[in-house]
Amino acid sequence: MSWFVSYVRSSVGAKHVMAVTGLGLLLFAIIHMLGHLGMFAGRDAYNHYAHTLQGLGALKWIARGGLLFLVAVHIGAGVRLASLNRAARPVKYAVYRTVRTRPWAKWMPWTGLLILAFIVYHLVHFTFGQIQPEYFHKLDPQGRYDAYTMFVRGFQNTGILISYLVAMALLLPHLAHGISSTFQSLGLKHPKYDGLIDKAGPALAVIMFLGYIAPPIAVALHVIKLPGA
Amino acid sequence: MSDKPLNLTVYVWRQKDAKDAGGLVKYDVKGVSSHASFLEMLDILNEQLIERGEEPVAFDADCREGICGMCSLVINGRPHGGFAGTTTCQVHMRHFKDGETIYIEPWRASSFPVVKDLVVDRSAFESIMQAGGFITNNCGSAGDANAIPVPKEQADRAFEAAACIGCGACVAACPNSSAMLFTAAKLAHMHFLPQGQAERMKRTKAMVDAMDAAGFGNCTNHYECEAACPKDISRDVIAMMNRGYAKASLTYRDPAAKSGE
Repeated sequence: MSWFVSYVRSSVGAKHVMAVTGLGLLLFAIIHMLGHLGMFAGRDAYNHYAHTLQGLGALKWIARGGLLFLVAVHIGAGVRLASLNRAARPVKYAVYRTVRTRPWAKWMPWTGLLILAFIVYHLVHFTFGQIQPEYFHKLDPQGRYDAYTMFVRGFQNTGILISYLVAMALLLPHLAHGISSTFQSLGLKHPKYDGLIDKAGPALAVIMFLGYIAPPIAVALHVIKLPGA
Repeated sequence: MSDKPLNLTVYVWRQKDAKDAGGLVKYDVKGVSSHASFLEMLDILNEQLIERGEEPVAFDADCREGICGMCSLVINGRPHGGFAGTTTCQVHMRHFKDGETIYIEPWRASSFPVVKDLVVDRSAFESIMQAGGFITNNCGSAGDANAIPVPKEQADRAFEAAACIGCGACVAACPNSSAMLFTAAKLAHMHFLPQGQAERMKRTKAMVDAMDAAGFGNCTNHYECEAACPKDISRDVIAMMNRGYAKASLTYRDPAAKSGE
């Protein structure tokens, strides 16, 4: 297997690692966003969705393990590449101008690490229930965890709402560069599709940003309300 | 554009040798014709320095017609000055205004160490070429030019990649000092042709590995290389290399390798 180690450690192989793990995380992020759009379907539907996910048993732990693995590899490889790239130019230019790249493409390591910090905060909030323990693991009339009420209570708090909006504003540029880059990195490119690929990254990133902020904003605007409110 | 001679303030990177720390030194260059080329402006500066008994500025140049790949220089933060499809030797002083300040620095990459002033050692590119930038063929008298038919469009694509002059502007422009555009161009010009197919996977693996061994940075898809390339080589060749390297890594095995390698 030494050939596989040398492949994933090579400059091109490391790009493939970033692209494949990034695609896996993107797939999760899309499903996660669609799930939370279920907040618009009401308390019963959303709690049913949450209850179904919690009831997956071994599958839930396989998915969690897989996600942890993807996050660890994506960040580990990214940090390694960023440090190698710094070392590749020990003496900086006095004057250095870029013309083609977009600003957010240069922020990738920083937006990535800030998103990691957000993920930890997000897990502490909704998975470990440490931010608002008073709303965590309450039951609804059907005896299921009342994820709907926990969600509404969470985003009724302005500080929490703003922290999530900021995090999604960081995810937006990360995805905009990441999605289009994936195709270049894996070599899945052709002049017939280049225009589409270049626009698809930023477009999907904007759609996901809007999809993610819609339920919290709806809570803030009282479109999504507490049961009986 | 006027014919009025230009008076310029020029900051030039001066470095005695590879070990010297180096630094930017300010020079006033007076009476430069707008018809002069950029390198002729440096020639004028050097004549002034020699007259004053100072060490002239060392810089690389050879053909001065944009084809040899010797000239370099990061001019005001852009390799070759940032003019589309133009090498430093093709830049003329009519692009600059009277009284302008110009910064001139060498290519910056750990794999391109400064030899002196603006001259860098680009032999890292040679190590990549030696790893696979050729086809294995019997030498002897030249074969018939058209023995292997190649469609015109395909030959054109190979030629577009082969236009790379190996100057290193892609590395100099890249935020990460990556050499992927160079390496990918050298692979693509052979892989668009039938002659390059036999050793395609071995070559891709060997040249990418040589590029990594030389210490170049990693591509993060900014495409500054494509913008800086004086021969307008497309980033598409990098995508082609990325695809080819996966295929070579996952499916090609050197016949001489031991089991599991």
